[in-house]
Amino acid sequence: MSQSSPTGSFDVASLVEDVNLRRVGQYALVVFFLGFFLVPLETGIMTAIKTNESVARSLPFAPPASEGFTLGNIQFALEQLSGSFFNSLVMSIPATIGSVLFGSMAAYGLTMVNWRAQMGVLMLFVVGVFVPYQAVLVPLARFWNNIFPLARMIEPMVASIPFFQGYHADLVPLVITHIAYGIPICTILFRSYYQSLPNSLVEAGKIDGASITKIYRRIILPISKPMFGVVFIYQFTQIYNEFLFAFTLVTGSDAPAAPVTLVLPAIGASTSGIDFGIRMSAAFLAAVPTLILYVAFAEQFAKGLRTEA
Amino acid sequence: MATHDNTEHVSDAPDEAVGWESKLQYFLNSDFVRSAPYWGIPFVLMSIAVYGGIGYNFAISFTDYEGLGTPDYSALDLEMYAQALSSDAFIAAAQNNLVLLVGFTTICLVLGLFLAILLDHGIRFSEKFQTVYLLPMSLSFVVTAQLWLWMFNVESGILNLVVTTLGFNPVDWLGNPSIALGAVIFALIWQFSGYTMVVYLAGLQSIPDDQFEAARVDGASITRTYLRIIVPQLKEASVSAAVVLMVFALKAFTFLYALVGRYRPPNGTDILATLMVRRAFKFGEWAYSAAIATMLLVMALGVIGPYLYYQYKQGSL
Repeated sequence: MSQSSPTGSFDVASLVEDVNLRRVGQYALVVFFLGFFLVPLETGIMTAIKTNESVARSLPFAPPASEGFTLGNIQFALEQLSGSFFNSLVMSIPATIGSVLFGSMAAYGLTMVNWRAQMGVLMLFVVGVFVPYQAVLVPLARFWNNIFPLARMIEPMVASIPFFQGYHADLVPLVITHIAYGIPICTILFRSYYQSLPNSLVEAGKIDGASITKIYRRIILPISKPMFGVVFIYQFTQIYNEFLFAFTLVTGSDAPAAPVTLVLPAIGASTSGIDFGIRMSAAFLAAVPTLILYVAFAEQFAKGLRTEA
Repeated sequence: MATHDNTEHVSDAPDEAVGWESKLQYFLNSDFVRSAPYWGIPFVLMSIAVYGGIGYNFAISFTDYEGLGTPDYSALDLEMYAQALSSDAFIAAAQNNLVLLVGFTTICLVLGLFLAILLDHGIRFSEKFQTVYLLPMSLSFVVTAQLWLWMFNVESGILNLVVTTLGFNPVDWLGNPSIALGAVIFALIWQFSGYTMVVYLAGLQSIPDDQFEAARVDGASITRTYLRIIVPQLKEASVSAAVVLMVFALKAFTFLYALVGRYRPPNGTDILATLMVRRAFKFGEWAYSAAIATMLLVMALGVIGPYLYYQYKQGSL
């Protein structure tokens, strides 16, 4: 940044020094914030692999000394969480696929094909992104518990599927709920992508006599693969991390169908307080699926967030 | 939908030379009808869930429903709203919510902008740093609440370690009602400032480099260039990030619940969202909590309405 300035006969040495100082300061700040964002995570991991005694005696962020090291906490937390991991995945995967597909379809119908009053429909989708879920919790609880108790109706059917128990039926209303409330954001994400595509793609298809369905399947779906990646990662993270719907529909942390996020705030707590070794282990195990996705696809995740704004 | 529209066309038919059969045919082949299954199915599902839910919630808020039997819609009144607006718990929660909304949004925007500018120019591996700064956003609030619960721990948390090293007395971060909300805001800023940074970076990257060149040729310092030339162009990024943050501040429930694992968050941090859920699911006061939820929705609409209008006027929707 400095080399091309027309410094002429100025004191070049002092300029270099100034620039270096600035650069050093800049990097120092970058590293400071690296610490700011990582310290809570690092402390958590260190606490997870320490014995209780070591947690009490050593500094929270320090790695455990040899006799203070244990995998017992992680093992215990894994046993406690394994069932709810399964619940979380059974809930998140179909819910993500459903909302992503519906979002892509809706965005296609609202972008690539022109008709009047599109804007009004689109507005309803956009508002749907921002609606606080508190405004629908009471209706949701009433609908799935009293008006249409789907979980109770399909319980025997779910119990007959291998690897599943009757209580997994509780996850079905949750999946449908997640799909329905995930549609707006998926639609908006896909729409921004479809808008960036050249209009000529669809026009060419139309001139060739392709139907709307054919254009979608043959032209739009194949070229939106990267966007499917972005939306899928974004939406999976959202649904896996979500708490409020599960809290409303599955209720307690001791319910057998509870996903991970519901179980976590109750783990390692007893009358004598919270066992932080176990709590931190559980927190990390709960975060593992989204962390893996994030480390592998950070750019896609960032793109999802950017488009949302 | 199709039948409704085709009757309209039938009545139009005499004005035109074309017969109604071919008009109907034309209509059925139109892009509107043929694209309808694509947007129509998701739209119906989403509308039932979002707008059906809001309508039902609105209806319940006018009753006195407390969970037994079915809501009685024969005597509708605004009693629940009046009751909420005159209750101390509601007022306190609304005040906390306002503090959270303003404090959290402002600091997140400022810090995010600072981080974006910090990484925007001349930093090696800046994408790696971005990835770390954004990492907390990929975590569930339930997880981050556990991490911060440990950070805030009175005896062995890191924050108190810092405080006592500096020679002060340990602070009960979550137990002291006048500090707790600030502590929660701090933790949420930790989680969200990476998000604002990403939004600002996208804005910064859309500004052509020759503006920096021109400013440098004119002899403007880097600080001046950013303050006078670059930051004013980030208005759009600021507005959209602010909207997302404010709406989040209104509905933030999970973090507060997960901190303590019970309906009542730490003293001094009760906000409308936690009050609403507690009233509904702990005490079964469905109508009362529906009224709070409606007011929460109105506030959220108060934030997003102007934003969408502005976006629509700009033609950027």
